[in-house]
Amino acid sequence: MAADVHKKKGWEVPNGSLTPGDGQHTERSESPTPGLAQGTEPGAGQEGAMFVHTRSYEDLTSPEDGAAAARSPEERRGEPAEPTTMEQISKDFSELSTQLTGMALDLEEEMRQSKEGKLEPSPQTTRRDSVLSGKEEEDVTMDAWRMHRKHVFVLSEAGKPVYSRYGSEEALSSTMGVMMALVSFLEAEKNAIRSIHADGYKVVFVRRSPLVLVAVARTRQSEQEIAHELLYIYYQILSLLTWTQLNHIFQQKQNYDLRRLLAGSERITDNLLDLMAHDPSFLMGAVRCLPLAASVRDAVSSSLQQAKAKSLVFSVLLSGNQLVSLVRKKDQFLHPIDLHLLFNLISSSSSFREGEAWTPICLPKFNSSGFFHAHISYLEQEMDLCLLLVSTDREDFFTVSDCKRRFQERLRRRGVHHALQEALRTPFYSVAQVGIPDLRHFIYKSKSSGLFTSPEIEAPYVQEEEKERLLGLYQYLHSRAHNSSRPLKNIYFTGPRENLLAWVTSAFELYICYSPLGTKAGAISAVNKLMKWIRKEEDRLFILTPQTY
Amino acid sequence: MAQKEVLGTPPEGIHPTYPYKVVLLGSTSVGKSSLAYRYVKNDFKESLPTVGCSFFTQMLNMEVATVKLEIWDTAGQEKYQSVCHLYYRGAHAALLVYDITNKETLNRAKLWLRDLEKEFLPDEIVIALVGNKVDLAAEREVATEEGEEFARTRGLLFMETSAKSNYQVNDIFMAIARELLQREQEKARAPSPHGRSTVTLGESRVRTGCCRL
Ligand SMILES: Nc1nc2c(ncn2[C@@H]2O[C@H](COP(=O)(O)OP(=O)(O)O)[C@@H](O)[C@H]2O)c(=O)[nH]1
Ligand SMILES: [Mg+2]
Repeated sequence: MAADVHKKKGWEVPNGSLTPGDGQHTERSESPTPGLAQGTEPGAGQEGAMFVHTRSYEDLTSPEDGAAAARSPEERRGEPAEPTTMEQISKDFSELSTQLTGMALDLEEEMRQSKEGKLEPSPQTTRRDSVLSGKEEEDVTMDAWRMHRKHVFVLSEAGKPVYSRYGSEEALSSTMGVMMALVSFLEAEKNAIRSIHADGYKVVFVRRSPLVLVAVARTRQSEQEIAHELLYIYYQILSLLTWTQLNHIFQQKQNYDLRRLLAGSERITDNLLDLMAHDPSFLMGAVRCLPLAASVRDAVSSSLQQAKAKSLVFSVLLSGNQLVSLVRKKDQFLHPIDLHLLFNLISSSSSFREGEAWTPICLPKFNSSGFFHAHISYLEQEMDLCLLLVSTDREDFFTVSDCKRRFQERLRRRGVHHALQEALRTPFYSVAQVGIPDLRHFIYKSKSSGLFTSPEIEAPYVQEEEKERLLGLYQYLHSRAHNSSRPLKNIYFTGPRENLLAWVTSAFELYICYSPLGTKAGAISAVNKLMKWIRKEEDRLFILTPQTY
Repeated sequence: MAQKEVLGTPPEGIHPTYPYKVVLLGSTSVGKSSLAYRYVKNDFKESLPTVGCSFFTQMLNMEVATVKLEIWDTAGQEKYQSVCHLYYRGAHAALLVYDITNKETLNRAKLWLRDLEKEFLPDEIVIALVGNKVDLAAEREVATEEGEEFARTRGLLFMETSAKSNYQVNDIFMAIARELLQREQEKARAPSPHGRSTVTLGESRVRTGCCRL
């Protein structure tokens, strides 16, 4: 059984560096330039960060995870590997996916890579600029978009099913042969990411001993991004069991049926997969804040800070999947991935709305060997405000419960209750506030704070499929911008229904979506205006002064 | 402390409050959370998946005292077993819940009982056997008499309930509260050989009793 996280030893944050450099944060330019140093961009914390400083998405290729980058089929062709086996597996798998989706559409067309690297002579065009045309690949029906499903399987290295997103367990066991073949195919390399392209599907494998995670995707995402989502699933499983316990189990019994231990928590994993398809937080590897007047947020944060207890490590107030306030123990940093897992846990069960929950939870990026204990409760029945208090001591329920009481009392005394309620009435702002007619939507991430901001998705992205399609476009640009072998700094994407622009610097990432009639020059002036607006609004959209106990 | 008062004869104007820790035990999906929700909120929701455990309080005004039930609902899943074990600790009452449409859940309840009996002396804890989902009469697998008989031989309270149609949910919690108070009174009259008198009782009840999670 995994030991509780201990006050003494388990404290070290395993992945070290925590802060956004020591750069002075005093020079906050009006409108940031590409040369803007990290830590001075809009949204950068003024007094240090809340999160472990990460490259999130790039985690995949970091030595910590020991992952090899995905390889294209071309690259693999030259390998001495058994070609027949590979072909067979591809074939089996495409049959399997067809079987599970109940459709055999050839979407190769849709998956076709768009032309890239077509440079446009423009003053802004740097060597790494890229113009992509989405014309051809946009030519797919809404139906095809709806069918952009992604299957996810988790199995043990012994080939035992652990989790399946859509297929019933029977369907899973009938394809066990394929699974076994896959596992042996993966045998060679631990912690590798591999992918197969077959009939418009991408099949991506991530091996994290003792588990193997497989996605069969028909999305526009790159292997890297799909693998990134699989890693989230892996961390999700760790958060229930701890890495230590998971390994211990399989050391004891190689063909252990993990479903027994995970029974009842499948829906947490289901929820995570759904969330990742809708919420850009996961793609951005960052956290979004509830827009809130700085004075109100400060009052909330100091109330939270005062309601402390010895065993408390993190106090988090959230609304939906947006952060209202986060107070942490000095020198302890939360990782955005861990916070996303907590968000997911809370959104996966309606039962938290009643009473007070107390549950062991592992925060795998913080410490994958032990459990914290989380106190989860909603502040008021009809208010979407959830308080999460993370403690090291499983015996401390009543102490932590009392912290909640004290926090609520302080809120009341400071009289911010009403202002909070007001803010919750409009948890998302409209892009119209920016005042740029052609601008439809954007995502802006401050790299040093690990926070991002984004307006509500509005018309014409009203229907669920349309929203997913927009996120799909962002995913596509994101994967192009972060392609490990050929990263792009500026990307213009022109499509029949909208144009997009991505701009990635060392300090921030910006993705904007604008009218298909808008010109590139127009987009560039929009970016400047938008960055000024974000700077002006930053103390409402971000948490600039994170607190510690 | 007010809690030191002897229960049978509360002095004028003093109405003590007794907190009791009550745990819900039983297989997944027998309706533990639904019973708690019905009792505390008088409502029913189709889906209330439990993560870890949940804590609810309910005040009951009885004639001689106010009873504060501190109800612990557990997920009852294997991965939380180590935690569940802790839930027993310091419990004053346990509801062993099974689903009348699923015989296996009664067998599981019997195993929980065995665990409880290892942990507690018979007079230390009030145990109620609860057959839930009686609204599903057509699917019944466990006869009322079977549960009743088992409870009788083991000295447990027994009731069949439905969280969905609100049948006997209040009643079972009320029966537990009454039994707890009655035992309190008995102990007050005749201190047990362990030296558990009302005096120590008062101390242990004040906060520590329920803190021993
Ligand atoms: N028909 C019926 N269904 C019930 C009753 N109580 C609970 N359920 C259902 O049984 C399932 C499991 O209930 P839940 O309270 O989550 O069980 P727990 O796992 O023991 O907490 C849910 O779908 C409930 O809606 C009941 O009295 N009658
Ligand atoms: Mg439950």
